Amino acid sequence: MGITKDQVRKVALLARLELPDEQLEVMTGQLAEIVTYIDLLSELDTDRVEPMAHAMDLANVFAEDDVEPSLDRDQALANAPRHDGQCYLVPAVLGDS
Amino acid sequence: MSPTFVTVIGLEVHVQLATRSKLFCRCSTRFGASPNTQTCPVCIGMPGVLPVMNGEAFHLALRTAVALNCSIPEFTKWDRKQYYYPDLPKGYQISQYDLPMSENGYLEISDPKERFETKRVGVRRAHLEEDAGKSMHDDAQGTAESRIDLNRTGTPLLEIVSEPDMRSALEAKTFLTELKLLLTYLGVSDCNMQEGSLRVDANVNIHVTTGRDVAATPIVEVKNMNSFRAVERALAFEAGRQFEHWRQTGQRLGDVPKQTRGWDDASGVTRPQRHKEESSDYRYFPDPDLVPVKVPPDRVERVRSELGELPAALRQRLVQHYGLSSYDSDVLVNQGRPLATYFQQVADRCGDGKLASNWIQQDVLRRLNAEGVSIHTLALRPEDLAELLRRVKAGDVDTTRGREVLDAMIAQRWSVDEAFSELGIESLDEQQLVALCRELVDANPKIVEDVRSGKIKAAGALIGQARQRSPNANPSRVRQICLALITGDASLP
Amino acid sequence: MTLLELTATEQLRQLEAGELTAAELTRAYLERIARVEPQVQAFTRVNADAARQQAALVDRRRRQGDRVGRLAGLPVAVKDVLCTQGAPTTCASRMLADFRPPYDATVIARLRAADAILIGKTNMDEFAMGGSTENSALHPTRNPWDLTRSPGGSSGGAAACVAAGMAPLSVGSDTGGSIRQPAGLCGVVGLKPTYGRVSRFGLVAFASSLDQVGPMARSVEDAALLLETLAGHDSRDSTSANVPVPAYHRSVREPLNGLRVGIVPEHFAQGLDADVEQAIREALRVYESLGADVREVKLPHARYAVATYYVIAPCEASSNLARYDGVHYGYRWSPPPAPVGGEPVPSPPDADESDLVRLYRRTRAEGFGMEVKRRIMLGTYALSAGYYDAYYLKALKVRRLIRQDFDDVFRDVDLVASPVTAAPAFELGEMVHDPLKMYLIDLYTVSANLAGIPGISMPCGFSSSGLPIGLQLLAPSFGEEILLRGAYRFQQVTDWHRRSPSL
Repeated sequence: MGITKDQVRKVALLARLELPDEQLEVMTGQLAEIVTYIDLLSELDTDRVEPMAHAMDLANVFAEDDVEPSLDRDQALANAPRHDGQCYLVPAVLGDS
Repeated sequence: MSPTFVTVIGLEVHVQLATRSKLFCRCSTRFGASPNTQTCPVCIGMPGVLPVMNGEAFHLALRTAVALNCSIPEFTKWDRKQYYYPDLPKGYQISQYDLPMSENGYLEISDPKERFETKRVGVRRAHLEEDAGKSMHDDAQGTAESRIDLNRTGTPLLEIVSEPDMRSALEAKTFLTELKLLLTYLGVSDCNMQEGSLRVDANVNIHVTTGRDVAATPIVEVKNMNSFRAVERALAFEAGRQFEHWRQTGQRLGDVPKQTRGWDDASGVTRPQRHKEESSDYRYFPDPDLVPVKVPPDRVERVRSELGELPAALRQRLVQHYGLSSYDSDVLVNQGRPLATYFQQVADRCGDGKLASNWIQQDVLRRLNAEGVSIHTLALRPEDLAELLRRVKAGDVDTTRGREVLDAMIAQRWSVDEAFSELGIESLDEQQLVALCRELVDANPKIVEDVRSGKIKAAGALIGQARQRSPNANPSRVRQICLALITGDASLP
Repeated sequence: MTLLELTATEQLRQLEAGELTAAELTRAYLERIARVEPQVQAFTRVNADAARQQAALVDRRRRQGDRVGRLAGLPVAVKDVLCTQGAPTTCASRMLADFRPPYDATVIARLRAADAILIGKTNMDEFAMGGSTENSALHPTRNPWDLTRSPGGSSGGAAACVAAGMAPLSVGSDTGGSIRQPAGLCGVVGLKPTYGRVSRFGLVAFASSLDQVGPMARSVEDAALLLETLAGHDSRDSTSANVPVPAYHRSVREPLNGLRVGIVPEHFAQGLDADVEQAIREALRVYESLGADVREVKLPHARYAVATYYVIAPCEASSNLARYDGVHYGYRWSPPPAPVGGEPVPSPPDADESDLVRLYRRTRAEGFGMEVKRRIMLGTYALSAGYYDAYYLKALKVRRLIRQDFDDVFRDVDLVASPVTAAPAFELGEMVHDPLKMYLIDLYTVSANLAGIPGISMPCGFSSSGLPIGLQLLAPSFGEEILLRGAYRFQQVTDWHRRSPSL
């Protein structure tokens, strides 16, 4: 299962990464190599194997519904690259009221 | 042959659960706070933070799912739904994908005016997920920027997806009304569309029949409906629009991709919404930061047994136990559990359900609506109203006078006895009444003549005179006695 | 022995006995840093003033007879992947160059409560992705044993720091070997605890189901001391184990009889450096001489471990790094100002994309280095529509097989021994252009992360060119005590861990 430059371009959009053309070329080659290596896994018959999503068997971990202090707005916005003192600012997202 | 169509509607409802804190962090969920004052590193999605599930949120979701007759799988998990949007700071929403906490339930809807037959609307699934923040664009400013407020991020939402079982805008509105009633009875949500604690999107298409052919139109998702009435109007409009569109284009389900349209309440139309950047590939996978939840069957049973009486069952019981009409039972139940409970307390104590129902509908509800207060703040305890109704029923006071007593009791916070005393209500004894009536009969020969010649209703004027002379005179007793005197009934003393 | 050559355990004893002050100890380390750090470049930031202040405070409280924490006065360096409140936490990435978290990671809070002296943040591969610390956006760190070589990664700074005597203790993170591999290449001890043993709250996530925080030190005893402070349940981490923390530091010295050590023949087959093989086999003979029963075991699915890891880790990473979008914190791309009187240049290649999408794409293109981007791309691809079953789901199944291999093996042995890496430290620049070759370095280490079991790396020899060689021991889940005891026994009869580079 190879991976084409066009697929890589689509994945870059999904991942919100801009890749100039030369990087796209190199990336395609490297990803293709890695994906080929990963195909090693298809050698194994895993039909009757349960996937292991977690390293341990925990379940039902809950917190109490108790309110704790939030950050001050200044603290919350302190690392924001662009804000107006109240809200984060982004290029207009159309379709909002 | 003129084509006809049937509307097919499915609803997706997002309900904010009434927890104090958010789903994965301990920030408050209080409505109306100033922007970005109810956030923390967890709901902002800062580097290194981790989610921990609010147990109360899960409990409320479970209660709701059980009340909706859903089956509850023993194992459920949370998944990341990945997409980029400024109000989604982690770049993914923690939601549920292939193993939701509940599925295959239903909600029964009916119409008191019988405009559609009682039916069960299927609930395909109900799952728990976190809310996103708010993105605001102020066109007036003329800026090219949107403002992001993350206060709402992380609020617990129950997403309820119905089957496409509704066949009219009215059915859809009824479903929503009944759902909201159920949720308020359960106490799981404020269900306030103005505050955003209940949001609705619809999927709608029509099936057009021409002769033997049935054509289904492409499904349209309708958004931006901000009240139940807007839902009804939007869906009615959309069905009509789709029919016109079908007549012009003949487009069928599958011919074009699913469209999204927004309802414009001011103009009364749906408009196409901006096409998304790319088709949504949410790349769902199980969230490795959260562990699964196991719900053993005995927990489900315990939840079921602790639901409390729900609207459907309560309606029936009021009819059967108190002899109310379906209509009256509906009115009381639809006011919410506090009022329905109030009714029962009054009815139980005064022993007359119908009487209690009438007075509560007419006097209590009218007052609540006029003053915009809730039953909790009404200065009239159920036992006091019940005492008053007992006196009315016993004939100690007539309905009209009784209302005066009621007003006085509320305004002055008097008990029944105090009100009777202050308003000078006493029962006239029989002798006094008879004496009074004799006087009136003697003083009104014209009326006597009218009555004797068959105009029984003329006796009514005597009642008015009697009450002027003595406000405590019971009108119906006066009428009986006067008639008896006039007709020479020998049963009088 | 100079002060800096003492173990942390011994330094602590002297601090507690009043034979040494925290101020003296901190000063000694800061002087060492001033001398050798320009050559090694292990730190992203040295907190000299704060360290002196903390040390002075500890001394005052000790003098007054007040209670002090378990590690009071010991300098600890912390990998810059752990959030330190109010101070820069960069993950060696341009993306977080100016990020100051408003909160401490749980392990940082524990270190503060233990009165450790937080002497600085250490360099790493960007967002913990890499095996050489060459992927740092700042600068590479150099192996103290040979400054032309890599210290390994991603906790290269933390390992080099301890190896070069710039701190007695450091804290790293390990997702596929990022503590154990640099420990091996730098001749120090590094331990990856059982998954869930140490809280991940405040550890900037790379691969959530694999990441763990762990101690690095000159000796096993010291690693045990630090682990005891780091470990424990945290209600802010849903994956944190509610298992009591044994007194690792005390139990490490307890006797160990009838130890059974397993070795995997396949580990010695492919491309293993001759010096490494010799050192490992010699180490196994040491265990035998201590009375251990060394026997062959099978891990039938070991050869699939790297492939499994390189599906799961990038998938989770691609999701964990989606939050870096220039909106709420971190780096943000700014459009260049339009030339005066001219049209702004439309930007290829997708000139019709919205401003917001452009913001995301450029912020992330400029904020992340190539390795991070590569893994994000790989993970996004593997999770995208149509590929989930073939890749991520498949990898989770193979993961279970790998775990089952260990469950089976640990019925017959107490520990599994292996090399940490197939070869000693490689030259800077040698691997950087061949990602797949770099990934294969993780051969011996990734299985422990996939299975969630603990592992330790400690020095067991040197190559003919004087480069450290590490021995890895693996134990069953929550088997840290036997792991530490088994490693400690080795250090009682060898002195590899007492050697220092000549900086």
